Amino acid sequence: MRCLTPRLLEPLLRTAHELTVENDGIADTLTLTRGISRAEVIREICVHLEPYQAGEKPITGETVIAKDLTIDSLAIMDMVMELEDRFDVSIPMSVIAEIHTVDQLADTIRDLRANPS
Amino acid sequence: MGLFDRHAGLLEAYRDVRTTGYDPFQIRMERVLSPTKAIINGRETLLVGTNNYFGLTFDPSCMEAAIEAIRAEGTGTTGSRIANGSYSEHVALEREIAEFYGKKHCMVFTTGYQANLGVISTLAGQGDFLLIDADSHASIYDACKMTQAEVVRFKHNDPSSLEARLRRLGDKPGNRVVVLEGIYSMLGDSAPLREFVDVCKKYGAYVLIDEAHSLGALGEHGRGLCESTGVIDDCHFIVGTFSKTLGAIGGYCVSDDPDFDILRVTVRAYMFTASLPPSIVASVRQALRVVKAKPELRTQLWNNVATLYDGLKAQGFTLGPEHGPVVGVHLPDRMTAIGFWRAMLDAGIYVNVAVPPATPNGVSLLRCSLCAVHTKEQLDHMVEVMTGIGRQFGVLPDKQLRAAGAR
Ligand SMILES: Cc1ncc(COP(=O)(O)O)c(C=O)c1O
Repeated sequence: MRCLTPRLLEPLLRTAHELTVENDGIADTLTLTRGISRAEVIREICVHLEPYQAGEKPITGETVIAKDLTIDSLAIMDMVMELEDRFDVSIPMSVIAEIHTVDQLADTIRDLRANPS
Repeated sequence: MGLFDRHAGLLEAYRDVRTTGYDPFQIRMERVLSPTKAIINGRETLLVGTNNYFGLTFDPSCMEAAIEAIRAEGTGTTGSRIANGSYSEHVALEREIAEFYGKKHCMVFTTGYQANLGVISTLAGQGDFLLIDADSHASIYDACKMTQAEVVRFKHNDPSSLEARLRRLGDKPGNRVVVLEGIYSMLGDSAPLREFVDVCKKYGAYVLIDEAHSLGALGEHGRGLCESTGVIDDCHFIVGTFSKTLGAIGGYCVSDDPDFDILRVTVRAYMFTASLPPSIVASVRQALRVVKAKPELRTQLWNNVATLYDGLKAQGFTLGPEHGPVVGVHLPDRMTAIGFWRAMLDAGIYVNVAVPPATPNGVSLLRCSLCAVHTKEQLDHMVEVMTGIGRQFGVLPDKQLRAAGAR
């Protein structure tokens, strides 16, 4: 749970479907949950990775992105940029370099959402 | 594992490239005749891919200055400026570049690559944030590997993408350094610099702009995009190179920051490599004088840009988004690009071929760079040649088909 000032809210409201707004009685104060299920993040990642699927092997949480798929490192970084904006997090390049699987990418995104600092 | 096994994918791609005949990465200029002509494969070839924007490599005054400097001070400095000292000419060159931009300080490097590498990796350190355009030059990416700062990429030429990333940093402590380029080297497009500067001001971020391809080409005095968009004072660090418009080699960074000179004892790419030789310093100083004295070179360059860009566009080629001294021609895939490149070389025209992973978004390109001293006839001829090859390769619709379609 995080309290956000109205100024910070504006960009978040564009993704309003992710937010639960609780009316706790205090005017001007909105409490948001940034919670999002792991399955949902994985689903979104898979949508981005689909074009790079190699053969019939399905993309799962264990898929090693740079190895099991036909995606190159630049395209991985571009996909990460899309995911950053979708989930409103920034993933430093050094962190991206340590991510191998779809699961790891999803967990990184969820961790950053829960704890942006 | 063998030492080269990790490059297996690249080796395979490289082998593909070479099967087409010539190797675009090992082109031999048997003899360079002028800024626009060389002998390649025994044939006189038009050069439209050498970043020689003002054609100053053969400017008689620059050549004379270099020759005189060699006679006066020898062929090299044999060491770095912190070890062997600065020659008066290094100091004079730095003063002249600082004056050119109206900035207080300038540091000259042995290449532009080293200027970016050293300055960027040193400015942003542990606890800081480096925000770079996704299409940044390799020297900027390499600087990112050397810094302890957190590096985040934003979408190419997209101020709102930068803003989202600055906003997400919230009130975390640490400097924000944003890295931009005046003109991007693959597609010739320039940054919406004013909008970027506004975002940086809003979030208190420092702006570093690399004017490698825009020096001379943009702005009333040729200072680059920072001048043409009127934001020189808002660009905290301006980096550039002597290897393109100024026709030699070397790099620089200018700034008004009062503590700028501390970089002389912190930037390793400055401290641990030999300084520029006297001949280069002399020719660059003269080239800068030429840039100031002959604005008509800029006019000629842009006239040539229009001839090539508009000519190719009219024939139906897909090009970079705007006029620029670099004209990127999109081709459908790697092998077409390489075949097209080779056919052009056979027809006596040299351009660069750029294929993934060296290009943004995996595109395959012919990268043409214009020169103020190309003639209109040369460029009209080039459009004709490319149109013919484009039809042969099925990149452009066949003439008959076009005629039939028009009826
Ligand atoms: C945008 C950009 N920055 C820096 C450089 C490096 O310049 P130099 O050739 O002086 O090392 C280049 C040239 O390749 C470039 O295109």
